[in-house]
Amino acid sequence: MTERGIASILVVLLAVLPLAVNNQYVLFTLTSAGILIIAAMSLNLLLGYAGQLSLGHVAFFGIGAYVSALCSLGFEFYYGAESPLVVPSQPVWLALIWGIVVAGIFGWIIGKLAFRVRGAYFVILTIGFAQVSRMVALNWVSLTNGPMALNNIPPLSGWLPGYGVVPLSGRVENYYLVLAFGILAYWIISRIVHSRVGRALIALRENESLARSVGIKVTRYLVLATVVSAAMAGGAGAIYAHYVRVIDPDVFLFIYTVTMVIMVMTGGKGTLLGPVIGGLIFGIIPELLRHMVRPELQLILYGVAMILIVFFLPQGIVPALAKLGDRVRRKSKIGKTGVLKDSLTT
Amino acid sequence: MLRVDGLSVKYGAVPALHGVSLEVNEGELVTLIGANGAGKSTMLKAISGLVKYEGEIIFNGESFDNCGPRNVLTMGIAHCPEGRRVFPQLTVTENLLMGAYLRHDRNEVRRDIDAFFERFPRLGERRLQAAGTLSGGEQQMLAITRTMMSRPKLVLFDEPSLGLAPNLVEQTFRFILDIRAKGTTVLMVEQNAFAALELCDRSYLLASGKLVQHGTSSQMLSNPHIREAYLGG
Repeated sequence: MTERGIASILVVLLAVLPLAVNNQYVLFTLTSAGILIIAAMSLNLLLGYAGQLSLGHVAFFGIGAYVSALCSLGFEFYYGAESPLVVPSQPVWLALIWGIVVAGIFGWIIGKLAFRVRGAYFVILTIGFAQVSRMVALNWVSLTNGPMALNNIPPLSGWLPGYGVVPLSGRVENYYLVLAFGILAYWIISRIVHSRVGRALIALRENESLARSVGIKVTRYLVLATVVSAAMAGGAGAIYAHYVRVIDPDVFLFIYTVTMVIMVMTGGKGTLLGPVIGGLIFGIIPELLRHMVRPELQLILYGVAMILIVFFLPQGIVPALAKLGDRVRRKSKIGKTGVLKDSLTT
Repeated sequence: MLRVDGLSVKYGAVPALHGVSLEVNEGELVTLIGANGAGKSTMLKAISGLVKYEGEIIFNGESFDNCGPRNVLTMGIAHCPEGRRVFPQLTVTENLLMGAYLRHDRNEVRRDIDAFFERFPRLGERRLQAAGTLSGGEQQMLAITRTMMSRPKLVLFDEPSLGLAPNLVEQTFRFILDIRAKGTTVLMVEQNAFAALELCDRSYLLASGKLVQHGTSSQMLSNPHIREAYLGG
């Protein structure tokens, strides 16, 4: 089955799920997982396709969350002049777009700085960037409220026929909203990956000097990938802010980046479905375990599951399944014709 | 067509080439021979813009002045580097498209790809297969064709026979002669000095980053020093 086929089935299943399971807790878990999956998809663009590990990806997520929250609440910006810059409260959707744009701008800056050297330096720079972002969020109290958090962030609103514009604060509405954003993110990434730009990124990842010799501008494409990836992570952060409606500097914690990396690696980096499958597994397992075992054991089991997956499926779950599917198809072909034909040529 | 004048390249503090000059005329097949580490590949990399150099490279009257691989390619010089020659995870067709990255005449690109598949039907059957799954010889044919996809005036081949079985080496050389016969000028690095001298019009011998000898194919083949050091007596 093709990647697109599986993705469509998954979407249909997720779309009808709330009709079958009207359990608030399940929906909450899936919505939270969905937001992280969007962030993981954005990370996959950099890690899986461009081959650059951003270990500070949560910074873009957090920046998106803070910018969108602040814009929707309105804020005062003290930059040294006598009177502060006063930004009145903006409509939520406009705030969300600001979150995406500002995260994208930071992506551009980081990309420009880091890709002059790449590799390990990119990893270090992104970690540093995430730590600095967290410190700023903690200490710039006049803007971010510091550890006291930003409260009462308005939820996203939607237009419903017959109701007009209503705030989307219910679990079901948010579930569908995140699902829609997830589909959008998946679509954007699949369009990029299957385009000229995507081929250039993969070529760079595989053989940089060969890629340069066919005329690819290395820095330009890597920066482009970082901007798109950062903007998308910012979008996920913004949705998160309006969903939980309170954010504090802990959104910048390193553990969230690690979670995203785990989702991408176990699902299969460099595949479209990888982060989705990995994300569903690692977004849901911890919640399932919560009811079954004591908290100390939970993390241990989580770790064991990860080690097993990395050990037995080093490429990730999706490529392993694809290989299995190929083998089955090949076998059935032999059965029918008696000859092994190249199942890949068609 | 191509004139290289007093070319020097350093990797950090280590000099790889000092003051090498050479010339390639339109329609020629010129080879660079020499031992490992003589600076042959570096020479090609300097011409194609992959490494920075001092000295002058002039192509059809225009000086390159370290303008980078993209501009060099636009001016009509394509480089087929040594080592891993294809993008293993991209399909055969995608690899060819990468070779035509700077071209915008889509239909013509299509036609070039189809012509390649007609010539190598085995690869046509595998057009949607990842290039990394092809055999060594097939990858080499693919790499050479990918290089030609930019329709260069001058093409640089780096060790095209490296790591190939003898019958494939022959196939590769025939392919390169064919390319030259169709009007593309070729500058080739080849470690197999005998084969290189048999094929080419003229040759340059490099040793430790310096030019030690050059001449026509027959001059080089009959030179006693070269016979002894590079052709096995």
